[in-house]
Amino acid sequence: MRSREIPRPSWNLEYLMWLFTRLSGISIAVLAVLAFTAALIMGARNQMDFETLLRWTFFPNPSHVLDSEIPDVTAGWANGFWQITQILIAFFGATHGFNGLRVVVEDYTNPGFWQMTLRLVVFLLWIFTSLIAVYVILGS
Amino acid sequence: MALDRKVGLLEGLRYKGGGPMLAWILHRISGLAMIIFVSLHVVAAFLTQQMGSDLGITLNIIYQSLYFQLFIFFCVIFHTVNGLRIIVLDIWPKLIRYQKESTWLEWFIIIPVYGLAVLIMIRRFLAG
Repeated sequence: MRSREIPRPSWNLEYLMWLFTRLSGISIAVLAVLAFTAALIMGARNQMDFETLLRWTFFPNPSHVLDSEIPDVTAGWANGFWQITQILIAFFGATHGFNGLRVVVEDYTNPGFWQMTLRLVVFLLWIFTSLIAVYVILGS
Repeated sequence: MALDRKVGLLEGLRYKGGGPMLAWILHRISGLAMIIFVSLHVVAAFLTQQMGSDLGITLNIIYQSLYFQLFIFFCVIFHTVNGLRIIVLDIWPKLIRYQKESTWLEWFIIIPVYGLAVLIMIRRFLAG
């Protein structure tokens, strides 16, 4: 049996999204570890319960830690650094997730009108959710 | 392409893919669960923050319940560890020969991490 021939990667959408999925996945994991470590350094061990720490780890938004013993959330927990981190997580997460949804949709549909329609729906959902997320981040 | 495989649901369920197949289907289910959860959560946060709607508070009650947290944390930890496994196999294709073993290794990481979190959450839940 001959092994199948693998075409050389070219810079098309499939290859770019394949690469982006890996890179964004690693980035989100790194940002989560960063938020987790920073929370512990800032005193999470004595100030919040486990669920609150996890909420902050997955998305370092100040409203995620309001339900805790932190005396003043604005000191360290709500600033531009965390806003940038949140925007990065939201962008990587939304793009990674909606691209995954596109892959699933394409797995269960044939090329044609409905597949294009569903791809358009996924694209619009991606734009909509990303914009809403940035709005919420800058407003909280 | 996709639907021309002519494989029914029953035949699909009988297919004995083992650990890697379970990982593949769980990766999809957990990914879809997270995209639905996060999208609803973002929209609800927007409605609460900008329009003072109660929808976000209603959804938060569901999200903060023990059962939902156990479910979504499983999705997150499984999707993360399985994703890292896929990346490792992609970077070193020679390891694909051991992909069955890699799913075992994956569960050896997930079970202690998830088990510890479950233990903490349930203890807190029982304590009130």
